[in-house]
Amino acid sequence: MGRINPITERRGLRAGLIAASLLYILLFLVLPVVTVFTEALGKGFGGYFTAINDPAARSAIKLTLLTAAIAVPFNMAFGIAASWAIAKFEFRGKSVLITLIDLPFSVSPVISGLIYVLLFGAQGILGPWLAEHDIQIVFAVPGIVLATIFVTFPFVARELIPLMQEQGTEEEEAARSLGADGWQTFWRVTLPNIRWGLLYGVLLCNARAMGEFGAVSVVSGKIRGLTNTMPLHVEILYNEYNIVAAFAVASLLAFLALVTLVAKGVLEWAYGHELGGARA
Amino acid sequence: MVIEVRNVTKRFDTFTALHGLNLQIQPGELVALLGPSGSGKTTLLRVIAGLEFANEGQILFDGTDAGGRHVGERRVGFVFQHYALFRHMTVFENIAFGLRVVPRQRRMSDSDIKKRVNSLLSLVQLDRLADRYPTQLSGGQRQRVALARALAIEPRVLLLDEPFGALDAKVRKELRRWLRRLHDDMGLTSIFVTHDQEEALELADRVVVMNQGAIEQVGTPEEVYDSPATPFVYEFLGNVNRVPCRIENGKVSLWGVDVAAETHDGATLPAGETAGFAYVRPHDIELLPAGQGEPAVVRHVAAAGPTARIEVSVQGVQPLIEAQLSRKRYLDLGLKVGQQVAIAARAARVFPASASPGPPAGPAGL
Repeated sequence: MGRINPITERRGLRAGLIAASLLYILLFLVLPVVTVFTEALGKGFGGYFTAINDPAARSAIKLTLLTAAIAVPFNMAFGIAASWAIAKFEFRGKSVLITLIDLPFSVSPVISGLIYVLLFGAQGILGPWLAEHDIQIVFAVPGIVLATIFVTFPFVARELIPLMQEQGTEEEEAARSLGADGWQTFWRVTLPNIRWGLLYGVLLCNARAMGEFGAVSVVSGKIRGLTNTMPLHVEILYNEYNIVAAFAVASLLAFLALVTLVAKGVLEWAYGHELGGARA
Repeated sequence: MVIEVRNVTKRFDTFTALHGLNLQIQPGELVALLGPSGSGKTTLLRVIAGLEFANEGQILFDGTDAGGRHVGERRVGFVFQHYALFRHMTVFENIAFGLRVVPRQRRMSDSDIKKRVNSLLSLVQLDRLADRYPTQLSGGQRQRVALARALAIEPRVLLLDEPFGALDAKVRKELRRWLRRLHDDMGLTSIFVTHDQEEALELADRVVVMNQGAIEQVGTPEEVYDSPATPFVYEFLGNVNRVPCRIENGKVSLWGVDVAAETHDGATLPAGETAGFAYVRPHDIELLPAGQGEPAVVRHVAAAGPTARIEVSVQGVQPLIEAQLSRKRYLDLGLKVGQQVAIAARAARVFPASASPGPPAGPAGL
């Protein structure tokens, strides 16, 4: 019998485990991404750029960017406000608020979308009033933005709450005792302390805002050139057997995902200690 | 500045942290709030600072009610227990913070701020560390940055929460002396919170001993150490033997001394025979050759240093009794573990058992 190291497995088992996980990642993560890019370039770069330059595709890209440009700042402001309140103050109903913030994660996106249809749709609760005032929400851009905000609601707050709880309130108290008012305390002390965590949350929020399919698909109505976002446009092209165009648009989303992943990795590597206990 | 705490009560939900406290602090005083954790000392400090607000009562600064003013308006320098330095700012910017947040029309020019910060840096002897970040400093250096930052706003009062709690013993001693000098040189009025009685007795002009949200005794270090007002103060200030005894007609005869029992709250002693506790300081205990008094057995000897600490067991008394002898006396007696001796007391104070705060939390050695 050789010496047995109690904290490590036998060499064969170790190699087996590593090989199994690598194979798994290759099969389910790397291969699909590679497929997206090879299919997109199936008709060469010319076909690729034609597909992206198509007016419907361009309108989908624009709508996706617009949606993210509204939803992300919104949820950033809300996320900061909510985590500030939760981490730094004691109040009634705090646990209810924390549960509510997590709600979009636990509800299927399709149902989230459906809620908006039931609320704002022609047959919905607020439908008649909206029709009277000539406001269209469902099957229009506002509905898409609202659904996206709902679905991406938790990302920033979830990132900041543990970070801010860990940092406590002493630095804010110190700032106050030195004569800073609430704004100065926020801008000079609180915000700089959470900046990397905030950026991290915003990245995740943005990736989801651009990639959201389920909720948006319910409220969009899929009017080509008007209410199609990129993920919806991909689906339509695919159903029309326009494989190259579908994968070309999909490749843009995949590219965004890769950029997010790299940025996330860099943030974790460089500022891990400032991203809160869960991630340090 | 005169600080007056008048009838201050502070409640957190159902828990009352301060029970109607009264305290007056004179200009130039250095006062220690001393007590075990949970005694309300930090809460009192935070109420004085304006970081918490009292439910009842007032805080008066030079006779004017500070109640409506929050911490930023009271001009108090507050040094936090864990320093609360701004982690994303350099030492220089930390100290400059209080000068930079002043409204523009009253703010100093950048060059004046620079001058002030530099003079504070040399005051706390950190000139060369101006560009460092808090994480790159030692505990003692962080403490001094926190102090310089608090002093930058030229506070009228300096409040320190466990200022030496997180430092190792040697740094603690140095900083303590340095803080005392700084307090005297700058003519500040200072209050600090501590659970370390040695620190309070050495550093403060007056000590406020607190227990369970109330003040047990206020006095100079000599007063609280030599004549503790209550059994709690006796036990908290440490180094005292607590000997159970029987009080007969208000008197106790213990190891050769007759002591009159007293009550700290003015209540009358129960008539007849009642249980009590005698408090005897180790240096008020004399050990004699066997046969010259109450018999005792030497159980433990710690003779390093200028005085010898001897622990003896006495029949019917728990736990061991600690005696402090001069080195010479110890050598003359030739004490060894297991030796039979006699014990005598030079002085003792006796309180009825009903006034006692319960079993001591363990030896709080000096």
